[in-house]
Amino acid sequence: MKIVVTAQGDTLSAPVDQRFGRAARFIVYDTETKKIEAVDNGQNLQAAQGAGIQAAETVSRLGAECLLTGHCGPKAFRALSAAGVRIYNGASGTVAEAIAAFEAGKLTAATGADVDGHW
Amino acid sequence: MTAAIASGKGGTGKTTVAVNLALCLSGPVQLLDCDVEEPNCAIFLKPSLVSRESVGLPVPRVDETLCTACGECGRFCRYHAIVSFKTTPLVFPELCHGCGGCTLVCPTGAISEEPRAIGTIEGGTASGIDFLQGRLNVGEAMPVPLIRALKKKVRREGIVILDCPPGTSCPVISAMRGSDFIVLVTEPTPFGLHDLILAVETARAMALPFGVVINRADIGDQEVHRYCDEENIPILLEIPDERRIAEAYSRGFPAVEALPGMRDLFEGLGARIVEEAEAHRAAAKPTGSPLNA
Repeated sequence: MKIVVTAQGDTLSAPVDQRFGRAARFIVYDTETKKIEAVDNGQNLQAAQGAGIQAAETVSRLGAECLLTGHCGPKAFRALSAAGVRIYNGASGTVAEAIAAFEAGKLTAATGADVDGHW
Repeated sequence: MTAAIASGKGGTGKTTVAVNLALCLSGPVQLLDCDVEEPNCAIFLKPSLVSRESVGLPVPRVDETLCTACGECGRFCRYHAIVSFKTTPLVFPELCHGCGGCTLVCPTGAISEEPRAIGTIEGGTASGIDFLQGRLNVGEAMPVPLIRALKKKVRREGIVILDCPPGTSCPVISAMRGSDFIVLVTEPTPFGLHDLILAVETARAMALPFGVVINRADIGDQEVHRYCDEENIPILLEIPDERRIAEAYSRGFPAVEALPGMRDLFEGLGARIVEEAEAHRAAAKPTGSPLNA
C-alpha cells in the first residue's frame, strides 16, 4: 500500500508540512517495499485557489490509499474522499515519525475537514 | 470616449479623480464604479440608486445518469472547479470562471449550466451623471465577470469614466480593457512610484494610451516627476496636498464642492484627457495587443 506524507523536504528526516494543498513536497512511501519517492508540489504553492483540489488529484494519481498531513481543508477533504483516499491529519514531527505513528495505529482517520480553506 | 481611472497602488485617489472629473465634464457623462469589491463613488456622488439587477455566472451541473466518469471535464478545467477521480465529477462552483468549457468537452452531454449569483449592478443618477456600480457579494473571490457585466452598460455617446480597482491583476485588466485612455493616479512617494511603474507596464502591454495624475503633489520627493519625464509620460494634473480636500473627503464630499479652485483643475484634466485620447486615436495603427482583444 502506498501512503503519501506532506513534507517540507525530500527525505524521511524532513519535517511534516502541516499544510496539504500548499505542502512543499509529497513523500510517497510504499509499506511493502519500504521505498520512498519525493514529489514536488511547487506549482501548487503559487495557486491562488484550488490548491487542495489539485493536490488531491496528485495524491490520487500517485496511487496512494492514505494521506498523512497536519491539516486538511473542506475542498481537499471532499476531493480526497471522492478519490477514495483516507486522511490522517494531526501528523507531526518528521516524515519517519509520522509513518511510524501511522504504522503503530496511533493516527486516526479524519471524518471531516479540520480547518477552513486558506487557513 | 471612455477613460479608465487606475493606479496600481491603492489609496492614491482614483475615486477622488473619477468623481470630481465626472462632476466637471460637460455633456452626457456616465460614471461606472468598477471597483466592485469595494465600490465607493456613491459615498461622494450620493445618487439615488433606483435600478438593481443580479449578476450570475454559469456553473456546471452534472446529470449522473448520463455521466460515464470519463474525466474529460476535469482534464479541461484549469481552475479545478470540476474534478473527476474516475467517478461522477465533483463541482466546486466557487472556483468556476463560467467559461462553459466542461459542457463543450463532455461527450455525453451530461453537463448543463445553471447560474450562480456573484453580485449586483445598481444604477441611478446624481448631479446629471448616469451612475452605475457593481457590488460583489461578500466572500466572493471572482470580480471579473461582474466587471464585464457592468461594462456592457457603457454608453456610446458622451464621456464615460471608469473607476477601476487598484492593483495590476485581472480585475484591473478587465476594467481598463477597451478604454480610449487610462489615467494613472499616483502619489509622489517611493510606494507611489513603485506601483505606478507596474501600472505603466500594464497599460503599455495593453497598448492603451495613458497619462499620470499626481495626487497630494507637494508631499514626498521628485522621483515620480523624474520618472514621467524620462519615460515621456504626460503629467495631466497635480492635485495639491490640501487639508480642506481631506476634510471634505472624510465627510463624503467631493473636492470640487469644498475648494473653489478645484473645478478649474478638473475641467482642465477633462480637456487634457479628450485631447490626449484624440491625438492617440489619430496616430494609432489598427493593430492591437492581444491583451486588448
